[in-house]
Amino acid sequence: MWSEALRRVWRRAVPTAHPKTWHFPGGLILPDRKALSTHTPLQSTPLSTHLYLPLRQHIGAAATPVVTMGDYVYREQLLARCEDPLGAHLHAPTSGWIEGQVEMAVPHPSGLRAPGLILQADGLHQRTPSPLLPIENPFNQPNARLRERMREAGIVGLGGAGFPTDRKNHPPEGLVIDTLIVNGAECEPYISCDDLLMRTQPEAILQGARLIRHLLGAARILVGIEDNKPQALAAMHQARTQWPTEHIDIITIPTRYPAGGERQLIYTLTGRMVPSGRLPAHSGVGCHNVGTLAAIAQAVYAGQPLISRIVTVSGHGVRQPGNFQVAIGTPVSALIAAAGGYRERAPRLIQGGPMMGFALAHDQLPIIKTSNCILVPGKEELGHPRPAQACIRCGACQPVCPAQLLPQQLYWFAKAQDFAALEDYHLFDCIECGCCAYVCPSHIPLVQYYRFAKHSIRTQQQERRSAAEARQRYEHRQQRLQREAQLKAQRRAKRKTPTPKPSPPASKASDNAHSDAH
Amino acid sequence: MIEAIITLTTLGMLLGLLLGIAAKRFKVEKDPLVEEIEALLPGSNCGQCGLAGCAIGAQAIVDGKAPITLCPPGGKALVRQLADKLKVDVDMSSLADKPPAFARVREEHCIGCTRCFKVCPTDAIIGAPKQIHSVLLNACNGCGSCAEVCPTSCVEIDPVKPTLGTWCWPKPVSAEHSSR
Repeated sequence: MWSEALRRVWRRAVPTAHPKTWHFPGGLILPDRKALSTHTPLQSTPLSTHLYLPLRQHIGAAATPVVTMGDYVYREQLLARCEDPLGAHLHAPTSGWIEGQVEMAVPHPSGLRAPGLILQADGLHQRTPSPLLPIENPFNQPNARLRERMREAGIVGLGGAGFPTDRKNHPPEGLVIDTLIVNGAECEPYISCDDLLMRTQPEAILQGARLIRHLLGAARILVGIEDNKPQALAAMHQARTQWPTEHIDIITIPTRYPAGGERQLIYTLTGRMVPSGRLPAHSGVGCHNVGTLAAIAQAVYAGQPLISRIVTVSGHGVRQPGNFQVAIGTPVSALIAAAGGYRERAPRLIQGGPMMGFALAHDQLPIIKTSNCILVPGKEELGHPRPAQACIRCGACQPVCPAQLLPQQLYWFAKAQDFAALEDYHLFDCIECGCCAYVCPSHIPLVQYYRFAKHSIRTQQQERRSAAEARQRYEHRQQRLQREAQLKAQRRAKRKTPTPKPSPPASKASDNAHSDAH
Repeated sequence: MIEAIITLTTLGMLLGLLLGIAAKRFKVEKDPLVEEIEALLPGSNCGQCGLAGCAIGAQAIVDGKAPITLCPPGGKALVRQLADKLKVDVDMSSLADKPPAFARVREEHCIGCTRCFKVCPTDAIIGAPKQIHSVLLNACNGCGSCAEVCPTSCVEIDPVKPTLGTWCWPKPVSAEHSSR
């Protein structure tokens, strides 16, 4: 605590050569819990006998399997292909047999089951005979080739959102991007997987960043890292010296939640506010998580698809918290066993951080591409969820909102289900960081209200879209029926003129009349 | 100063006059309320209200010939929207909120009679005489017209199961209620 205060005073007193940073509105200084998981080096987890691979580990539609039950698959072999541009392919994290496709429990706040593949590992870890080949001279390749590689490697944003990286690096036509921002802020308490990645693979991160900078045509790379990660900062500064002539700035930013939010980090590093409802690209910025960039570098330079990631296991409820390199599909229970097992009967299990994560119902769930942290809090660690009380209109939620919204107004509108007003009050700018709920003296689960409202609005929009489609289909049908009736009448008229005798079959006519009346 | 006031007043009067004339001259014949209500209705013209389509249903609502609870596929959400639009109170307790549903043909009982796809308002059923019919889930709006005409009762209306993509966060339990 003292060292923290001293560091702050020191930074203020001695202006260093740091590039200028901006102070984003709102936010909170949360108690730091990162030391819990950063005192041990990055460890690898033993391979579990069965890997559970959900077909939807991204936003967008689920991938379609290209292997079937009983197939032998090699490590890095393609298992499922996704045609949806918002989805990503899935690869085998190790070699083994496919046990089949089942409805499996997946880490998701709904607790629903979803289709996935079960892979029985044979422990040999054999690499596929036809892996992706490293790309020679990636800086001379067309942009489409690099994007295609990200797609082939099944890379999605590893910061948590799961947005396909090839898509993210395809900004709308006509936008000029001058800055690539590398997100190493990692602002949630407890989570330290990006910290460990920056300590162990700083070159890979910068190599990935250089590729993306080339792809976007940006001039500079700004790496934002919170000042509570001195070792990661040192490692990144060290790695940066490999490219002395390039414009790469490693920037220390103050530790303040949610500094790692995309919009917040962009503002902190460039002073640009991304307008409401727009992409960072509209402000001339591309932004990527460090983990994603390292995965891109691996895919391009080593031809390795995304088959493993670093996951933080933390909290007082687990014996040896730390960071682990985990194969995608490893059950959470196996990961916790690797971290020494539970210290006591865990009251809760959380995927993600305490602020933005969600509770897992049990530990028989797989690690997926977007799992960054498994948090096992001790009995008294996060406090008991207290019952919500009535809003006292104190307004404490407003000054902490990093998106500069009016959380209290949003709460009233969400409660009244006044969706039009919510959209007027920019509900969709809410990043669900949880600052408002954290400071609320009445313990109102504000973010839950916003999530509920966002989903309801999206559902309504979807319904409206399908109603419009239904209307279109109905109109086409009416036209078709009319056309058919006309043709029939014509035919009847034709037949009548040469031979006045035959009459149309009665049943057909009645059928037609029926549907016409309808 | 005085010139500005005179200019603006004249301008205002002239424009007001212009607007008045335009309002008389280009008056819209159709009731815009009917169009607004038609936009709210599901638009598949399924006929479950007993009228010949959503446009006619909207007209009937505006004329007061039909209750705003006429539309079964619209459910509670639609009634609420209509009540807001028309500023009327309605007793929602008697209404069942119908979850979204779609039709499913039980293949073992389908005789290929073609009746269901002839009545489908959105052409969501495909098939041919003496062939098993099938429902296009994306196009089906669960109106249930097909189930009514099926001679072997092989069309079932199933509720749509939520998937990861369609699942919604539930509304939190009201703060005031839980505090007491």
